[in-house]
Amino acid sequence: MACRQLWASRAASYLRISVFHRGFSNVIKDFKYVDSHEWVKVDGNYATIGITDHAQDHLGDVVYVELPEVGAAVTQGGSFGAVESVKATSDINSPISGKVVEVNEALNSSPALVNSSPYKDGWIIKVEINDSGELNNLMDSEQYSKFCEEEDSKH
Amino acid sequence: MRWGLWKLGQSIPRRLAHGNNKAVACRYFASDAELKKTVLYDFHVANGGKMVPFAGWSMPIQYKDSIMDSTLNCRENGSLFDVSHMCGLSLKGKDSVPFLEKLVIADVAGLAPGTGSLTVFTNEKGGAIDDSVITKVKDDHIYLVVNAGCRDKDLAHIEEHMKAFKAKGGDVSWHIHDERSLLALQGPLAAPVLQHLTKEDLSKMYFGEFRVLDINGVQCFLTRTGYTGEDGFEISIPSESAVDLAKAILEKSEGKIRLTGLGARDSLRLEAGLCLYGNDLEQHITPIEAGLTWAIGKRRRAEGGFLGADVILKQLEEGPKIRRVGFFSSGPPPRSHSEIQDEGGNNIGEVSSGGFSPCLKKNIAIGYVKSGLHKAGTKVKIIIRGKSNEGVVTKMPFVPTKYYKPS
Repeated sequence: MACRQLWASRAASYLRISVFHRGFSNVIKDFKYVDSHEWVKVDGNYATIGITDHAQDHLGDVVYVELPEVGAAVTQGGSFGAVESVKATSDINSPISGKVVEVNEALNSSPALVNSSPYKDGWIIKVEINDSGELNNLMDSEQYSKFCEEEDSKH
Repeated sequence: MRWGLWKLGQSIPRRLAHGNNKAVACRYFASDAELKKTVLYDFHVANGGKMVPFAGWSMPIQYKDSIMDSTLNCRENGSLFDVSHMCGLSLKGKDSVPFLEKLVIADVAGLAPGTGSLTVFTNEKGGAIDDSVITKVKDDHIYLVVNAGCRDKDLAHIEEHMKAFKAKGGDVSWHIHDERSLLALQGPLAAPVLQHLTKEDLSKMYFGEFRVLDINGVQCFLTRTGYTGEDGFEISIPSESAVDLAKAILEKSEGKIRLTGLGARDSLRLEAGLCLYGNDLEQHITPIEAGLTWAIGKRRRAEGGFLGADVILKQLEEGPKIRRVGFFSSGPPPRSHSEIQDEGGNNIGEVSSGGFSPCLKKNIAIGYVKSGLHKAGTKVKIIIRGKSNEGVVTKMPFVPTKYYKPS
């Protein structure tokens, strides 16, 4: 007698369904965003990447972050790692193409930083940008906020 | 009722809002429209429940509390779950015990009236059709609860055998309690809070026992049981009174007992080392392989008489080829179907369910390995997304159970 079903695969999608919501998810004005709920902060030829507040809110408590190796190539829209919550596993997709130059080792011992500080201490990778033109494909904070509202209202 | 997509989903990590998932989301939406609702549905939504499709029902996976916090609070204070999607039924008639004994491995005849047990419905090959808690109300009345996801096949199975049994002159009939709702009240505060709502002395009711009694002024079927490893109760109540009872329980506990969803319930049963049908138990897995030998009564080991008895009794004699065991592991939490290897890289089994334990703050899993490699302390590798992670076989439960038993 238990709740019968597979949790990992289903929960990942179900936890995106929102009935209760904190009202709004936080966004940072100068960051860029993608529809798979990652953010990117550009600094010259380098960029820092993480998942958004909206993403961590839907995932729940993060218990593990799978990080790529320094030197790995990432491609725009491609997966470079995974984030694990109590019930679900989700890919992390890169908003831009480039080469990983640094990973946030603090996440190995404190994955909950992704929940508590998704835009700062919970950053995931830093990359050297291949093609800054790709940034034109991304959403700004206003567009992303609207995208999240629309996505939530569909569920 | 498992779609191919879930099979796919088991081996490929899910993506947040990836294009493919948009199609999947559309299917969920279609499913949502056809989902059944328990009588507590509006109550869940009003209390911040995130409703998701589950076994054909719209059920709360969590409320405002995170799954982590809900799990911890159940063990520290208590949880109230809506499990009305599960199917309760009664078998009545002079021959209801011998009838049921053909279908389950339990020693039903040996149960004292007012007591129950976890059991398994078996198929002709000894595999598990479902697990169930059965309770003998009287010698001619059995009350049982089967799992939501197995309801249709269980009822078809029972009906088929009942027809044959009655055709031979057997006296048995059934009633499906669709007019009732089921609440699970679990955790250390379950008994003290429930005691406020009934006049009967609950301290004289032990784990596995059943009573028909008034709770909050309404006649209920009360079983001291649960699927969390905690002391607690399952309360079957006429549906029209279910919301009032839920409110009364939450009120009496002054907010310490929290509404809790299926997400935390799954964490709790995993920590307790209990099987999840569809993951840890399936049609091709016998109770012996699943470590449920204890649920086969002594008389029944001698006599058999249930479906698949020849397979099961042979496994009892010779030992099964695979065994269900627990694991601790490092790295990402294991999930269903993660491959298990020995230290030499040879496949020895598969994870059936797993995740992160909120209580232990580490990864736990249940899986099946080849007999001989099932001893606690055996080192293994668990393969997740192509990478090998250290694991070790461990005894279950992962978190000690706290069933209320005579001392």
